[in-house]
Amino acid sequence: MTVNQVSVFIENRQGRLGQVLSVLKENDINILSISLADTAEYGLLRLIVNKPEEAKDVLLNAGFSSLLTEVLIIKVPHKAGSLQSILDIIAKESISIEYMYGLSVETTDASIVMKTNELSKACEILKNSHIDTMTKKEIASL
Amino acid sequence: MIWAREETLSRQEMEALQLERLKETVFRVYEKVLPYRKKMDEAGIKPEDIKSLDDLKRLPFVTKQDLRDNYPFGLFAVPKEELLRIHASSGTTGKPTVVGYTEGDMQVWTECVSRIACAGGADKNDVAQICFGYGMFTGALGLHYGLENIGATIVPSSTGNSEKQLMYMKDFGTTLLVATPSYALRLAEVAREMGIDPQKDLKVKIGLVGSELLTDAMRDEMHKYWGSDMLVTSNYGMSELMGPGVSGECEYMCGMHINEDFFIPEIINPETGEVLPEGEWGELVITCIKKEALPLIRYRTKDITRLIYEPCKCGRTTVRMENLSGRSDDMLKIRGVNVFPSQIEEVVLGTAGLGPHYEIIVERDGYSDKLTVRVELLKATDSFKELEAIERAVRNKLKVMLGLDAKVMLESPNTLARFEGKAKRVRDLRKEQK
Repeated sequence: MTVNQVSVFIENRQGRLGQVLSVLKENDINILSISLADTAEYGLLRLIVNKPEEAKDVLLNAGFSSLLTEVLIIKVPHKAGSLQSILDIIAKESISIEYMYGLSVETTDASIVMKTNELSKACEILKNSHIDTMTKKEIASL
Repeated sequence: MIWAREETLSRQEMEALQLERLKETVFRVYEKVLPYRKKMDEAGIKPEDIKSLDDLKRLPFVTKQDLRDNYPFGLFAVPKEELLRIHASSGTTGKPTVVGYTEGDMQVWTECVSRIACAGGADKNDVAQICFGYGMFTGALGLHYGLENIGATIVPSSTGNSEKQLMYMKDFGTTLLVATPSYALRLAEVAREMGIDPQKDLKVKIGLVGSELLTDAMRDEMHKYWGSDMLVTSNYGMSELMGPGVSGECEYMCGMHINEDFFIPEIINPETGEVLPEGEWGELVITCIKKEALPLIRYRTKDITRLIYEPCKCGRTTVRMENLSGRSDDMLKIRGVNVFPSQIEEVVLGTAGLGPHYEIIVERDGYSDKLTVRVELLKATDSFKELEAIERAVRNKLKVMLGLDAKVMLESPNTLARFEGKAKRVRDLRKEQK
């Protein structure tokens, strides 16, 4: 199962991140996780939110270049080596990870957000290996 | 449709007409315009020395500075009482340049604009919306009377309030748009924001654009927004010469036909003032041969172009001037390289993923110059690779075209300024930094 992540282009300029966050606040959108990767001039803000479609639309209307990207949210048990074993399974199938970051929601398991190439293949493999991923519905309820 | 017989004269007939009018103008100017008489005396030339069109090159130039030095009416050849209208340039630096029109001048102006409007596809059935600022600027009123003269319906909406402009366009069934290319694109953008599809919901099929350069890339962009069947032609003029109507493109879009029975063009080397052979690029110099109030002789336009004398497929025999490659005024000297903003525009518009708006910033960086080009990202992305590819594409193309390293700054959509009149896309900060 994949979920929708909101990706937003922002210039490295004072206050730009704050502007994105206030648009989300005004529309009562809850951020579950946030990752900001940047170069000297600009950054890509990646967000897991409870209402991704709505978030993308309100950000577009506010003049931010934003879109939805499908990613995986993988549940990782709080146990040494659990993430390593998951990555191992993925690597064996020669799927490459483009980026990943943690999901900041309190559950019994930790979760990571992961973007890979060949997403449906990755989904399939995880399912066959009995590794839990989060659904769109679960995200919406958080 | 060809509006006037004079547009199809043979070269011989045209030259005979030009010579007759040139002689008359030079005599009149020598008699009535003291500052120009002084120039002619200094150059040792008398009106009777003008015996052929070739003698034109012996006459002294007139520049914008001459107009400023003789502010407001010093170069006029008629008493103030004979004027019907006064226009002025914006005069961003110092005094504006002032121009005047007699009744005869108004008729000539209207005639000239009617010709270029017809060349650009207009006819009496058109609903022409004029989105140029009405006022001291010659653009709006020039197009207004010229289009009215051919029987088109005029919507004098001027600039500003783009939403209302689009409402008129939709409700009145506007078929012809008069605007700067950048404002025409802005209107298409606002239309989309309002849920209006310019290609489906509007009837605009003709664009008469002017007051800014129309590059091929900009024309492509116009087609993208307004529909590939829109006939977008550029026309040329400046208030000192009359206003719009000096020249304009026909449907073949292979240069702007000059109304040669009113304006004699020459191309000179801008540094030496020497007249260049046919077909070479250089500064356009225009002599007005049928104007009463302000008959400028050998006026230096500072616009860079070349002349094409081959007959055009449209049937007009008038000489064409190539769409401008830039103004010598607009030219930037960056690290010793001559750069026209239109070259940078071509790169921006030719790069996938970017919008048509851009800003050029030139700064002093130590002892060197730094060129920054700000562009707007059109398409959202989640990939740094894509962003870097766009940045690199712009940088590489600029490097190839100009031989300069530039910094490219990607910006969110709608970040850069939009313009209703002439776009101001260059910020040269070097003077302030000195």
